[in-house]
Parts: sequence; structure tokens; C-alpha cells
Amino acid sequence: MGEKAIVLKHVGMKFNLSKEKTDSIKDYFIKFVKRELQYNEFWALKDVTFSVEKGDRVGVLGLNGAGKSTLLKVIAGVFKPTEGTVSHKGKIAPLLELGAGFDKEYTGKENIYLYGAVLGYSKRFIDEKYEEIVAFSELGEFIDVPVKNYSSGMRSRLGFSIATVVNPKILILDEVLSVGDARFRKKSERKIKNMFDRGVTVLFVSHSLAQVERLCNKAMILEQGRLVAYGDIEQVAPVYREMLDKCEDKSLIPRRKRRRKKKKICIDMDGVSENGEQRNSKEKE
Amino acid sequence: MKKYFDSFLQYRFLLSELVKKGIRLKYRRSYLGIFWSLLEPLLTMIVLTIVFGTLLGRGDDKTFPVYILSGRLLYNYFSGATKSALTSIQKNASMIKKVYVPKYLYTVSGILYNYIIFLISLIVLVAVAAVMGVKPTVYLLQAPLALLVLLLLATGIGMILATLGVFFRDLEYLWSVALMLIMYTCAIFYPVDRLIKSGWAWILKYNPLFCTIDVFRCAVFGRPMNMHYFLYALGFGAVTTVIGVIIFRKKQDEFILHL
Repeated sequence: MGEKAIVLKHVGMKFNLSKEKTDSIKDYFIKFVKRELQYNEFWALKDVTFSVEKGDRVGVLGLNGAGKSTLLKVIAGVFKPTEGTVSHKGKIAPLLELGAGFDKEYTGKENIYLYGAVLGYSKRFIDEKYEEIVAFSELGEFIDVPVKNYSSGMRSRLGFSIATVVNPKILILDEVLSVGDARFRKKSERKIKNMFDRGVTVLFVSHSLAQVERLCNKAMILEQGRLVAYGDIEQVAPVYREMLDKCEDKSLIPRRKRRRKKKKICIDMDGVSENGEQRNSKEKE
Repeated sequence: MKKYFDSFLQYRFLLSELVKKGIRLKYRRSYLGIFWSLLEPLLTMIVLTIVFGTLLGRGDDKTFPVYILSGRLLYNYFSGATKSALTSIQKNASMIKKVYVPKYLYTVSGILYNYIIFLISLIVLVAVAAVMGVKPTVYLLQAPLALLVLLLLATGIGMILATLGVFFRDLEYLWSVALMLIMYTCAIFYPVDRLIKSGWAWILKYNPLFCTIDVFRCAVFGRPMNMHYFLYALGFGAVTTVIGVIIFRKKQDEFILHL
């Protein structure tokens, strides 16, 4: 077993979903007096424990609302988990909703510096890589035009170019492989493949099982915020396929009850089961 | 402590980028650009001098424009900085939701870029004072003290407002009303002695911003400052800054759940 790149221990993320938002002091006060300040607690993630080894490419699978994006944001540090701990080694490059962090009044060039600074790059680093970023984004002279005049494709191209100019240790991808037109998509896939070859650790969210099977060597399945399976892609993929089938059955033919025997999911949960943890700790010693 | 210092060093470049952005975008696409930070206070000074100079019968007092300008510039900074701090987290929501960055950077950058614009606009005060014949004296050395206290006040109250502003959107409107009240209790365009004679002097004395403005004016007009005013404003600024930092740090992880 190699070095651990990401370790999550009993991570839970709770959201308070109040039906009416209490955003104003008046509302808050009235509800406080009436003691109606109740929240519907909602656990987007519950007791998620796993670790990713350096160089692993992990596909994160799950239906809508299973907590995939929340998981990525917890790892990226955007959310602080309600319980549990997250630790990682090395620089994380989060590719989440590219270009959404741009300032619209700013030109492309200014946004390169601003967004680069947000991602934690130094000024010298951006100075060095500036040409490369502009070249890859194929924006040409549009680089001096305010971003608000960009098309959405141009915006995400620029976002992709800035975010991928580093050599991160950990790459977080949230369905961003569909950036721009077909040609740019190929180019960006090639760039990401290149990063893969350099041994970067990847967490990849996608709804497309085919894509995950093509790119990843491991996978995990989330269901309602819980980790239900984690292991090699060959073992997890059939489980996910069966999960999808089941959902389709339910939604298409709700009345006809198909009595399938529930199969227990037994997959090698590396570093997840108690045995695994013990193994790890022994190794450390 | 060292951890915070390290993270500050790491994000120094981002802070400077955010400050630059604030300054650049404030006057972008206006023909006069940054000159507005000089022109705008000058023009309002002229209006206020005409209105209140004649109204209060001070039209013949040549130093009255300097009096108005010194008060207005400081108040204007305070109001601009606290307003920008109040909305700093909401305005950067799209960034905060995507990438982890210490959130105080967004608040502090707003307070700082307003401060830089404010310092630039002090040039107008120097020019008007020279024209009106207000000569610099040794007491001008008190001015930096007043300017530091002003920054401290804006930071402290700004951090508190930034934290509360995330949870209660009403605060934005409430605060602009409060700012108006603060403006009228700062003796910006009326002479202080009038209010003091009327028995309402305590309103001024308990307003830390007025105390700061008074210390600054003493420096400009060549008088020793009122030590009580200075210490009160300094203490007020220090206490609010400590409170602001504490509640900001305590609540910052919840911000994202309310954006």
C-alpha cells in the first residue's frame, strides 16, 4: 500500500433546511419568541470514512442528491464538516464549476491574476505561466475584454486553463470534462490524461459510468450521504449498474413488486473496515 | 498564532489583488477615473459650504470649508468601509462557494481599498487648506494618530457587521439609517460649540467617530488634541476589533450555509 493522499474519518455534513428562511431580524425575533425556530436537519453526508492512496483515480458515483458534490467540497475545504476530520497531503486543484468565480467587470487578463491568487498561486508563478494560460485558453485578443462579454464557452475555457496550469497533487473534477466545443473538449481531456500519467490523485464525479470506467481505477458509491461501496472499479461498477436498474424498476413499474433477494454488498473496503484500519496502523508502526 | 501568520503570508498576494480590484473597479469606465476621489469631496464641500455656511451665518469664516472637508472625508471613509464590509461576504459568495480562501480577506480587502482611496482624497484637504490659508503646525503630527484610530474603528465595526450581515440581510438597510444618525452626530457641517451649549454634548462625546474627527481637526487647525477623545476612540476601536475578530472567527464556517 502506498502513501495516503486523502483521509476522511467519520465525516458528517449537516444542513439546516428551514422551510421558510429566517433571514431577517423580524422573522428571527418572532420565531424566537414563538419558539418556532426549528430546523429540518438534513445530513448530506453521514459517517463517511475512507482513504485514497497517492496516484489513485477514484470515481464518485451516486444518484442525484447522494452527496457527491458535498463530498468534493468538504475535501476541497469549502465546507467544514459538522463532524469528523478531513486531511490531505499536497496541493489540491479544485475544478468545480469552472469560471464561476470570475469578476465580470474584470478583463480576462486581470481575472487570470485574481483567480490565480484565489487558487493560491504566487505572482511570480502567474507571470511565468501567463502566456501558457492564454495560449491554452485560445482567447487571443479577447484576453483584454471584460469577462462579462465572454461567451460561456470562453469563460469555462479560461477557467479550465487557469486551474490546470499547476501540477497539483490532488485533482478534484466535478463533471468538467465537458468544457467548450468538441475540439477543446478533446484538448482538455488530453491535458487531464497527461496529469493522470504524472501520477496525480484524482477524485472524479460523473453520472456517466462509462466515463468513470474509462478514466478511474477505483470507485465509490454514495447513497443518501452514506458510503455504500468503495473498491476497485471492476467490483464497484456492477453494483452501481444493479443500483441503477433497481431505481428504474421502481420508477417505471411501481406496482409490480419484484422480489429480488437482497444481495449483500461485499467489496474489499480498503482502509474502511476495521480490519483495514488496523492494517494501516500496523504499517505506520 | 504562527499558523495564522503563515496563512496570511501565503495569501498576501490575494489580499493585494483584491485591494487592487476594488480600486480599479470603483472608477472603471468613468472618464475621470481615480480623479473622482478628489473631485467628489471637493464638489460636496462646495455645496455644503454654500448651504450651511449661509444657513449658520458662517459665510465669512474662511476656514469653514476646511472644517467641513476634514469631517466629511473621515465620515465618508467610515461609511464606505463599513458598508463594503457589511456586504463583503455576500458579494463574494460565488467565490466562497467554490474555493477555500480565508474569508476575512474579502472583508479586510474592502476596508483597505477604501482606506487607500481615502488617503488619496486627503490631497484635496491639503490643497483646500493651502488655498484657505490654514497653515501646518507641529500639531499636524497628531493626524496619523487620528487616521490610525479611524482604520481601527472601521475594521472593528466592519468585522462585526460582516458577520451579522450574513445572517440578517436587513442589516444592510438598518445600517444605512444608523450611518445617517452617525453623520448628524459627528458635527460635520455645524460647529461643535453650538451643540455643546445646548446641553446635548454627550451625544458627541460618546460617538467615537466624532472623537476621531475632532482629534484630526485639532491636528489640521494646530491645536493640541483632546486626550480623552483620543483614548476613548482608540479604546472603542480596539474593543470592537477584538469582538469583531472573535465573532467572525467563530461564525465563519457557518457563512457558507447561509449564502
